[in-house]
Amino acid sequence: MLWEVDVHLLDPDADHAARAVVAGAAELGIAGCTKSRTAAGWLIEGEISRADVERLATALLTDPVTESFTLAEVPDGQLLAGPHDLPTVLHVLPRAGVTDPAAQSAQEAMALLGLRPTAVRSVRKYWLPTLEKADAERLAWKLLASEAIHDVVIGPLPLKTLAGGRPWTFAQHAVRLEGLDDQSLVQLSREKCLALTPRELHAVRDHFRMVGRDPFEIELETIAQTWSEHCCHKTLGSPVDHVGPAGSCRYDNLLKETVFAATQKIRESLGAKDWCVSVFRDNSGVVRFDGDHDICVKVETHNHPSAIEPYGGAATGLGGVIRDVLGTGLGAKPIANLDVFCVGPPDTPAADLPPGVIHPRRLLSGVVAGVRDYGNRMGIPTIAGAVAFDPGYTCNPLVFCGTVGIMPRHSADAAVRPGDLVVVAGGRTGRDGIHGATFSSVELSSASESQSGGSVQIGHAIHEKTLTDFVLEAARQRLFHAITDCGAGGLSSAVGEMGAQLGATVDLEAVPLKYDGLSATEVWISEAQERMVLAVAPADWEKLAKVAADEGVEASAIGTFTGTGKLVLRWEGRTAGELDCHFLHEGRPKQRLKSRHVPPAVQPTAWTTGNVVVEKDLAAAVVAVLGLHDVASKEWIIRQYDHEVQGCSVVKPLLGPGAGPADGTVIRGVLGRDRGIVIGVGLRNRLGWLDPYQMAAGAIVEAMANAIAAGADPGRIALLDNFCWGDTRREDSLGTLVEACRGCHDMAVAFAAPFVSGKDSLNNVFAWTDPSGRQHEISIPPTLLATALGQVEDVRRTVTPDLKQSGNRLAIVGLSRDDLAGSQLALTGRVQGGRVPAVDVAACRNVFAAVAAAQRAGLLAACHDCSDGGLAAGVAEMAIGGCLGARIELALVPSELRDANSAPEGDLAIAFCETPGRFLCEVPTAQADRFAALLNGVAWGWIGAVTGGECLEIVTTGGPSASLPVDRLARAWRQDRKEL
Amino acid sequence: MLSPRALILRAPGTNCDHETAHAFERAGAISRRVHVRAFAQKPALADDFQILCIPGGFSYGDDIASGRIFALELKMRLGDALKKFRDKGGLLLGICNGFQVLLQTGLLLGDPATGAARAALAHNNSGQFIDRWVRLQAMPGKCLFLQGIESSFDLPIAHGEGRFVARSAADLAMLDAAGQLVLRYAADARGVSTNPNGAAADVAGACDETGRVFGLMPHPERFIDATQHPAWNGRLDGAAAGAGLAIFANAVKTVS
Repeated sequence: MLWEVDVHLLDPDADHAARAVVAGAAELGIAGCTKSRTAAGWLIEGEISRADVERLATALLTDPVTESFTLAEVPDGQLLAGPHDLPTVLHVLPRAGVTDPAAQSAQEAMALLGLRPTAVRSVRKYWLPTLEKADAERLAWKLLASEAIHDVVIGPLPLKTLAGGRPWTFAQHAVRLEGLDDQSLVQLSREKCLALTPRELHAVRDHFRMVGRDPFEIELETIAQTWSEHCCHKTLGSPVDHVGPAGSCRYDNLLKETVFAATQKIRESLGAKDWCVSVFRDNSGVVRFDGDHDICVKVETHNHPSAIEPYGGAATGLGGVIRDVLGTGLGAKPIANLDVFCVGPPDTPAADLPPGVIHPRRLLSGVVAGVRDYGNRMGIPTIAGAVAFDPGYTCNPLVFCGTVGIMPRHSADAAVRPGDLVVVAGGRTGRDGIHGATFSSVELSSASESQSGGSVQIGHAIHEKTLTDFVLEAARQRLFHAITDCGAGGLSSAVGEMGAQLGATVDLEAVPLKYDGLSATEVWISEAQERMVLAVAPADWEKLAKVAADEGVEASAIGTFTGTGKLVLRWEGRTAGELDCHFLHEGRPKQRLKSRHVPPAVQPTAWTTGNVVVEKDLAAAVVAVLGLHDVASKEWIIRQYDHEVQGCSVVKPLLGPGAGPADGTVIRGVLGRDRGIVIGVGLRNRLGWLDPYQMAAGAIVEAMANAIAAGADPGRIALLDNFCWGDTRREDSLGTLVEACRGCHDMAVAFAAPFVSGKDSLNNVFAWTDPSGRQHEISIPPTLLATALGQVEDVRRTVTPDLKQSGNRLAIVGLSRDDLAGSQLALTGRVQGGRVPAVDVAACRNVFAAVAAAQRAGLLAACHDCSDGGLAAGVAEMAIGGCLGARIELALVPSELRDANSAPEGDLAIAFCETPGRFLCEVPTAQADRFAALLNGVAWGWIGAVTGGECLEIVTTGGPSASLPVDRLARAWRQDRKEL
Repeated sequence: MLSPRALILRAPGTNCDHETAHAFERAGAISRRVHVRAFAQKPALADDFQILCIPGGFSYGDDIASGRIFALELKMRLGDALKKFRDKGGLLLGICNGFQVLLQTGLLLGDPATGAARAALAHNNSGQFIDRWVRLQAMPGKCLFLQGIESSFDLPIAHGEGRFVARSAADLAMLDAAGQLVLRYAADARGVSTNPNGAAADVAGACDETGRVFGLMPHPERFIDATQHPAWNGRLDGAAAGAGLAIFANAVKTVS
């Protein structure tokens, strides 16, 4: 029997989903949809009586204070009955096989009442006015459902059963590579979504020629996963011949000789004081923290899945990076998350979007909701982040998720031993996310949304939470020798990596499945979420299984790490595939790549301000810049994230009585202890096309400046790189990547800030054909996200940007230069061209040291780094946070550009240039002399004071001043959104 | 004298258990985190404790509704044990998700005649999860957790389903008259209400007739140190305690 229980709200005013439908319909221009009602439905299948279903509905599915329910067998007409003026009934439900977390939880809970249905599925129901079928469908697909994961049914549900598939019968598929020409190999690779080049397929063919047979599908898939861009830095690890502005150079391994090499040099020069623990080899980078803890950090991208299904893509992106931290060494506890999104402008006209592209506004709200629902449920505070808006990201949005973890010292090293059991723990395996690893390595196209739906995973955060509780307890009891997460490539890459030296035998039928019907290959490469693989000594297996049972986690021994150097895959005792580990991990043919970078010519600064009154335009520009999407408040996002759970937060993302923005955010590493962890992020995407070296350098300096402004010790900052690039098969595109890698190397060495981990996402290119048949291709701007993981000795000595006390003096530290290219001011239309803001390494190093010294000496009441929007936006943000006024004089700002520009442009340039490596400091008058003494040899100046008034006053070099009420600034910064 | 013992009851998805245990320890108790499975296997565990706290989190993912499955599990497996614990003088505290659970078990604000819930915590009127700080005013009455907390204070909230709703206007009036609606959202320094979710009568927390069972949506365990306040920097002494600590200290004092 298939029952349906619909749960209705008693108070129609509380029906938020209905309000969202009405608002969304109006936005889509669907007339007549002025009213709606919704219900949460449950489909329940099994030999269950009506009375029992009623018991379920009453005791479990409904809150008697706020809800009522209807109950009937599908497709009884009662289930469609709603208000008389809402005759259209629309159902949105997860497709068969797609993870349905709520239904899983509900099914498990039904056992508490002694009822065991065979299947449960959730369904959202909407009652709508009479609508054209096309309008109803548009409403469903644009607003309520995602093609990748949902079915939409208008009218009665045509379901008779929720039953899944039948058990798979063993079969082997050999794939013939012999005799195929390159064109056929390309076709084969595309059809099977392997993302392997003909050259790589030649190597596979030659290897199997030696084996004496054709490869089986499962073997080919394993090779494709292992050799994917996603899993092995295919491009960044390549030998490259580069020609750039600094001459030509030759790399045998680009990443090793730039980013890794910088870390190596720093560690060597630190000698015995080296504080790196495990870099670039585990799932995250590990550094020393205090006497008994190390901390680790990883930032991942989940761009392609998020482009297709923003909510699921972002949620599983976060879920994946959390597991990276959990799977570091012998297990680390995740203690903070960060998220950074690069998306198209929210005001992009819908008509301008290529087919298959999700509107940036819907995309952003989807990814935010995904991070929110996953991170909040995991109980990990989301404490840092950023959002950048640029048309270059409209078709290829970037979604970065990061996690910080903490672990006992001496647990960073892990090693599988021969004879260890292969144990998979956590969620069950389904068809979720098959080909995710290879999919993320190919470019998106208009067809991706329908073709690649299977590549999108849906997360179930509570499974990951219980999995985390289990792993941390098992780690505490030292019940495993090694651990890694099942991410891209699923078991194939997790077991493959762990057994890369030893080899393993895996019995694939022993892997617990969500539903029947998966083939051995599907089990092996499925990217079902919330799974970890552990290497467990047979003697510890029972204890481990008990810990799992106590935490309600499923753990299964599915094989053995053998020591034979062979990866053997079996199904009920029969061999499904056998691969030589050496070939799998070392057999990929490397290709020497060529790259070239010709810097674009610098355009002279061209002002378009005309004959304006300088102080008036300055005031207008401050308001305009604060309201720009990059600069404006992200409060509407931040407040959806639980950024305080775990109780360790000290410097929060929104600060002060006015809830102004933070630079770096700070948490205690351990509850009750005073040593802190500081997170800063840097993104200079607007410079990506102009100067990829300075884009990377600027991002790194911004991330470090964020951390230092909050109080981080500049001598203890670890960096992470996340490269997101276009089609690096092109020489010019690879050229910009090489330049960025060089920037990373030079900055890391200059600031003695080692890179400890990183990740790349290449081929962020979108291809489509317009109605006239013209082919288009659009690439993202070269983008490096830099993340700084800093440390502070005592969190009680941190400093925040919000202004504290009227009468305190304001200083700017660092020289302002004539470099308006890529600035926020340029986005307001006042200026074009200009020089790219470049990092003056020596000056910047001195500024960092001076600000840190002032911090240590306790001389600062507030500190803020100057980034997007420059000095003017920076002071305004400090005033907003502190609910205090300030008065600054532009003539007092140390600058090389006062002589170069005459007012009014000179004043605008000083107020808004984004020269990297500058800080605004609030200093109590009594500390002014000590502060000044610390700044010897650094360009700096007193520029004004905090005032008790309610205005920010900016005095122009000519004398008159722009005066702006702080609440006017706050409104502009909040883009007139209500304060939450 | 022995320190009082606090049982921090967790379920799959509970995620404020560590800091809640820490808060009780700061207040002088010995805390132990116990999984509901272990408790259900051995309900007599409760005999070793004087305080039982259901902390915040997303028990069972808040699937179906927040606290629903955990509440059902407690009713089916531990209903008697919890009643016994309360009746022999134990203190029960529910924070955020724990408040949602306590209401749905009927242990807090249950109808004396039928045991049915007389109040619920519905979706915020914004329809969204929200993390922010609010101003609170206690009206301690019988509530043992709020004794002596006379002036208003700040705590953070972080929830999607925290809008206090009574079964009827009569129920609300009755609970109010009985002095059980002991914690209310108040106005901030600018005189603006900080009720973050549309709660009826600004209710942020409530206690039972005995004052020994208390549930609240705000998170007192997130403000036991001054440094947890979003405006502490440059304004509060970083080494001082936060306002939330008093709630744990009251509990510990009561059972000492």
